Amino acid sequence: MKSITARPESPLAQKYRFRPELFRALCWLAAVITIALLAFILGEILYKAWPAIHRYGLGFITGIQWSPNREVFGVLPVLIGTAASSLLALLIALPLGLSMAIFLSEDFLPASIRHATRFVLELLAAIPSVVYGLWGIFVVVPLVQQYGTILAGKLGFLPIFSGPAYGNSLLTASLVLALMVLPTITAISRNSLVAVPPTLREGSYALGATRWETIFGVILPTASPSIVASAILAFGRAMGETMAVAMLIGNSQRLSWSLLAPSNTLSALLANQFAEADGIQVSALMYAAALLVVMTLGVNVLGEAVLRHTQRSIVGLQ
Amino acid sequence: MNRTFFAAVGLSVSVSLHLHAAVAINGSGATFPAPLYMRWASDFKKSTPDVTINYQGIGSGAGVKQFIDGITDFGASDVAMKDEEILQAQQNVVMIPATAGSIVLAYNLPGVQSGLKLTRAAYIGILLGEIKTWNDPTIAKANPGVDLQNIPITVVARADGSGTTAAFTGHCAEVSSEFSSKIGAGKSVTWPIGLAGKGNDGVTALIKSTQGAIGYIEYSFAANNKLTIANLQNQAGNFIAPSIQSAATTLAGIRLPANLRAFIPDPKGANDYPIVTFTWLLMKKNYADSAKAAAVKSFVAYGLTKGQALAPQLGYVPLPADVVTMAQVSLATVN
Repeated sequence: MKSITARPESPLAQKYRFRPELFRALCWLAAVITIALLAFILGEILYKAWPAIHRYGLGFITGIQWSPNREVFGVLPVLIGTAASSLLALLIALPLGLSMAIFLSEDFLPASIRHATRFVLELLAAIPSVVYGLWGIFVVVPLVQQYGTILAGKLGFLPIFSGPAYGNSLLTASLVLALMVLPTITAISRNSLVAVPPTLREGSYALGATRWETIFGVILPTASPSIVASAILAFGRAMGETMAVAMLIGNSQRLSWSLLAPSNTLSALLANQFAEADGIQVSALMYAAALLVVMTLGVNVLGEAVLRHTQRSIVGLQ
Repeated sequence: MNRTFFAAVGLSVSVSLHLHAAVAINGSGATFPAPLYMRWASDFKKSTPDVTINYQGIGSGAGVKQFIDGITDFGASDVAMKDEEILQAQQNVVMIPATAGSIVLAYNLPGVQSGLKLTRAAYIGILLGEIKTWNDPTIAKANPGVDLQNIPITVVARADGSGTTAAFTGHCAEVSSEFSSKIGAGKSVTWPIGLAGKGNDGVTALIKSTQGAIGYIEYSFAANNKLTIANLQNQAGNFIAPSIQSAATTLAGIRLPANLRAFIPDPKGANDYPIVTFTWLLMKKNYADSAKAAAVKSFVAYGLTKGQALAPQLGYVPLPADVVTMAQVSLATVN
């Protein structure tokens, strides 16, 4: 501290010295407010959830029955539904989104067409959730109903395709969720692929690699941290997605292995039941909300960890 | 700067003076009677232009909550307020039935018209998941000549808590002890099978889009959406088609207690449609603002008289004359 104050300052620096301090204070304030807000939201949820946490404890998480009329609350089927629908959506969207990102970042097509394609793809992100829900009801539900029945007939011996097939099912919700998270995956992945230094590509070509060898051996590994980040962001969005899921998933909290059976997610459960809830049910829903927050936070922390780990391993390349 | 400031003050003064002459009444609650209440509000506005009634159909539970918290001037609920809720509102509650409706089982079966006869054993069995296909002998026996195919049954229920579910499960639990022990009655229950949608409209949409579906909705939704509906067996053993007429027959047989709180889980009359429910308006016994009290009273008085004539047009059941008289006596206690 002493050495700083002792350093001779130019008149100009003296004149503006007050401002960086004010700026720093404002930045601090903003940072503290952000954290305080998160803490406040968490605190409020936990406070409201406390009666249910106290009464049901961990049995709430392992319980398989949700019967507000009997004051029995267990969210295991809903937790599984949340994780399963998001994972399945990611499983569908990641290969699709990544191939689109590769296609759009290479020069297979004239730039104008690539731009137009990109624009249309990014437009998908601007469509409101409820519109996806409606589209799902009119297009995806009949398709899943029709082909699901055939699938259940042919592959019904597999638990995941056991019938009867419902139009409003886990699979329907996952298909629409996949479409909804596609722009996130494609946009972030494409940006990271484009940002790979051209010298790496040239080096690879110079060593005699073909274009495909270059894409899969050099470009994709270099861009992988951002691709992982895009997948995690997409997963987070899929878990929190409410409206479209509530319209498509069938809203039934029962345990089932079948992708063709109705299921439920935490966010859909909250959206459906909050308005008419009273007494301990409000607390139980708040408990479920707390679990949703914990799950999303967990996914993000995990994503951050993966991102750092992969970044460290490829740092030599850049 | 100063001039605009004073102009703004002047404007706000004139606006508030204007508002003082007119009265705005806010109410919220049940979604089921919302179309009727909104119609009443707009017709009432024509006869008394200085009173504006706003009604929001946000759900019975939320409506009761807002009314207790004093956010709204009146509430509406498909489930009568419980004693503990009346205590929460410091007993400052007048509760009167405003209209009634019947709950129907609507289905989506290709080639089958309205009027499929469902015995008590049949619809309880379907809801419990024991009857799985439409050609089950329990259903077929009561419907000779109806072409029932081997289509799986999909039960469609409400995903949200609702007065409709409370009335429907109340009836089912009354007629079947197995239903009572396995599912039970309440605003929000767990169904062993099937799908669930949000609101009467959500359930209606699911029934429309799912072949083999059957679900419970308010009569007005089934009628407006032209869904096919089942004739249900009543306590006397007769199959009754849901209609405004058959619901009115049920209501005519009800004797309301002094607090006007009645639920008829299983009416006895030979021609009674079995699932009919009142829906209530909640008002305060004592309003702090006399202008508001007068406005609420005149609006509800309108609803109980001229408003009843509008009910059948919108798919609701008009209240029997003796219920209207009792409701008017209760209404007179509002100050």
